[in-house]
Amino acid sequence: MLSAPLIILLQPRGLAWAGATAAALASFAIAVALTIAVLDGQTQVYAMGGWPAPYGIELAVDQFSALVLLVVTGAGAGALLAARSSIDQQIEPERQPLFYSAWLLGLAGLAGIVVAADAFNIFVFMEISSLSSYVLIAGGPDRRALPAVFKYLIMGTIGATFYLIGVGLIYMMTGTLNLADMEARLGDVTELNPILVAAGFITIGLALKAAVFPLHVWLPNAYTHSPHMITVFLAACATKVAIYVLIRFDYMVFQSKLDDHATQFAQFLMPLAILGILVASAVAMFEGHLKRLLATSSVAQIAYIILGASFVSESGLAASAMHIFNHALAKGGLFLAVACLAYHYRDLRLDQLGGAAARMPFTSAALVVCGFSLIGIPGTAGFISKWLLITAALESGPLGWILVAVILVSSLMAVVYIWRIVETLYFSDSAKGDIAVAEAPYPMVLVTWLVALLNIGFGLFPTMPLTLANASAALLMGYSG
Amino acid sequence: MIFVFALFLLTLLVITAIAIVRTENLFVSVMLTSIFSLLMAANFFILDAADVALTEAAVGAGITTVIFLSALALTAEREKRRAGGQLIALGAVGILAALIIYATFDKPRLGDPEAPVHQHVAPWYLEKTPEYIDIPNVVTAILSSYRGYDTLGEVFVVFTACIGVLFILGVRPPEQTATRSAESGGLRHHLIPQVVGRLLVPFIVLFGLYTQFHGEYGPGGGFQAGAIIATGVILYALLEGEGEALRAVPRSVLLGLVVGGALLYGAVGVVCMLMGGAFLDYSVLSADPVWGQQLGIIIIEAGVGMAVCGALLSIFHAFAARGTQP
Repeated sequence: MLSAPLIILLQPRGLAWAGATAAALASFAIAVALTIAVLDGQTQVYAMGGWPAPYGIELAVDQFSALVLLVVTGAGAGALLAARSSIDQQIEPERQPLFYSAWLLGLAGLAGIVVAADAFNIFVFMEISSLSSYVLIAGGPDRRALPAVFKYLIMGTIGATFYLIGVGLIYMMTGTLNLADMEARLGDVTELNPILVAAGFITIGLALKAAVFPLHVWLPNAYTHSPHMITVFLAACATKVAIYVLIRFDYMVFQSKLDDHATQFAQFLMPLAILGILVASAVAMFEGHLKRLLATSSVAQIAYIILGASFVSESGLAASAMHIFNHALAKGGLFLAVACLAYHYRDLRLDQLGGAAARMPFTSAALVVCGFSLIGIPGTAGFISKWLLITAALESGPLGWILVAVILVSSLMAVVYIWRIVETLYFSDSAKGDIAVAEAPYPMVLVTWLVALLNIGFGLFPTMPLTLANASAALLMGYSG
Repeated sequence: MIFVFALFLLTLLVITAIAIVRTENLFVSVMLTSIFSLLMAANFFILDAADVALTEAAVGAGITTVIFLSALALTAEREKRRAGGQLIALGAVGILAALIIYATFDKPRLGDPEAPVHQHVAPWYLEKTPEYIDIPNVVTAILSSYRGYDTLGEVFVVFTACIGVLFILGVRPPEQTATRSAESGGLRHHLIPQVVGRLLVPFIVLFGLYTQFHGEYGPGGGFQAGAIIATGVILYALLEGEGEALRAVPRSVLLGLVVGGALLYGAVGVVCMLMGGAFLDYSVLSADPVWGQQLGIIIIEAGVGMAVCGALLSIFHAFAARGTQP
């Protein structure tokens, strides 16, 4: 039952939008079923080919992977539901089947990473997901996507290679590829230097993939020039899967066995996270292109997640897991609204979008709701994770106050850049005189509003993701204890 | 003796690598990468990894070179000079190399039977394979049964790559291909390549088929076979012109091969599930679990071969079609 999402998603041809959406929805349903199954703390395990774990490949879903799996499949299903008209506009009909099958492969790759319990298996699915995301990003009518994707390709390949080098070194010292088995066997390894180097390689490789500052240079251009719906999908889940692997690998395999690893991990990632938050937010404040603005803010948001993980505490991890979920909601919603805007506006620079709220009232309102969630205004989902993050920062020790200040300052910066968007949409004069209400096609607006409402819903009633996030934090800390 | 030989090969590898970086002529560097792969294959062979060596030779030295060359036909032959940045790059690479070398200081001695790698899963594979699967080539057993899911993943990597190339380069409508075949005559007017090549093509394809179906007994299997057969067909395309090759193996057949191969693999997994086993658990395919395993491996290897061969050829044709576009 566990492999079902993969099998369904791997059925490659078929195509076109209906097939792809049906497959994505099915996988989302399976993810929901899995989540319910693991809510009571039971880890679901599936041995591929019927071979027991260290010999064959094992899939495992616990609370943490269930949370991320929900995000991935949800983002895939939501974006695909809304995608039809936007994709029709951006991609020629005869190339669409290829495009949708690449999209499904990307979704399958990401989902495969999340459920994998085997280091090499993660690499294989990482290759699938990265290859297909290169294709998807380059797929749009915007030719500037090609250099952007080339940069992404080079950096992504370096990241994957680093990861593989790390896995190779660990295999050399332990003789196993299964994550749980690796952790058990690391206890017997006396020479820890190769493991240390491996940890470094894996961390840097995955940080590249996750666009952790300062390794994020590929991200803004790639997001800006890709087809709008692809931006929705990738922004909501692609980098988060890399962070997921990073956190899982580190806590599950390294934390308990390497002395001082927790401190090294924190000292390496925390400054990067703080710098990332501040620099990226500042850049976003002065950015004039709507998509690039949001993409840059993604770099800052990813840094929040990393910051939470770098506390190496249960509350920090819970904040991270929570922010993975909430940021996907907020940023996914924002990019969906952008896609709706783009349906009528070719040029997404802010100075071209004046007065858009009068023409597209629903879209603009949804954009504002998701923007509030991104800032972290009470009542929206973003508030919950910011609150958790601040609590975790205060618990982390004497330096906590500085971190809280950083979080608050960057939230203010977020207010500034979201306000710039709102100001343009609502209070600027329309660039052209005629004010006719012309919304995007209704499936797009509907999905956008659904996501916007979820932002509020999970802001007021955060029990479900919160339970999962707390459980996954406890689980991860349990490994390192 | 082996040690000296390996040292010699590794030195050659380093020299080739430096030459690849230094040269500005892209044609030369493509040829050098081909040599690099060949040396690498020899190295793998010395380390008793015959399967890997065969893959490296078929894919690295064979098919990638051809694809590089067809890409080269679309661009200039010489690299543009670029100023700056080299020192930083050199520094970064130096640091990384130092790190990796540092990490290998504590590495177990080469071929040490006490090394962790030989203590944990490997003995189990060696011991249990005759009992469960009963084929002589344990590597094939690991790839296609114990870690069959990874191999399935790899097939989809190839599949994704193929989709990507077709998508980005755009599928051209078939009627245009026919008009071009006259111009792209290949090497038809050169006598020597013509004669030698004609002789070679059937043997290459035959060797590919041998690798495909002999994978359970000797080194080889779907990946290598697919690459070798694709090389054979591409050689044919180079000799007779691309249009001729497309007439022999049309585009739709290629696409069918890719999709069919990948689906065949997936379908075997699903059938296993339907028959009551786990995904890709071939034991349930037949009343006798051992025979079921063998059957499963043969089918999925065929799927791998089809997918790889089809994907490589599709990619080659996509590049070649691009080259003759006005």
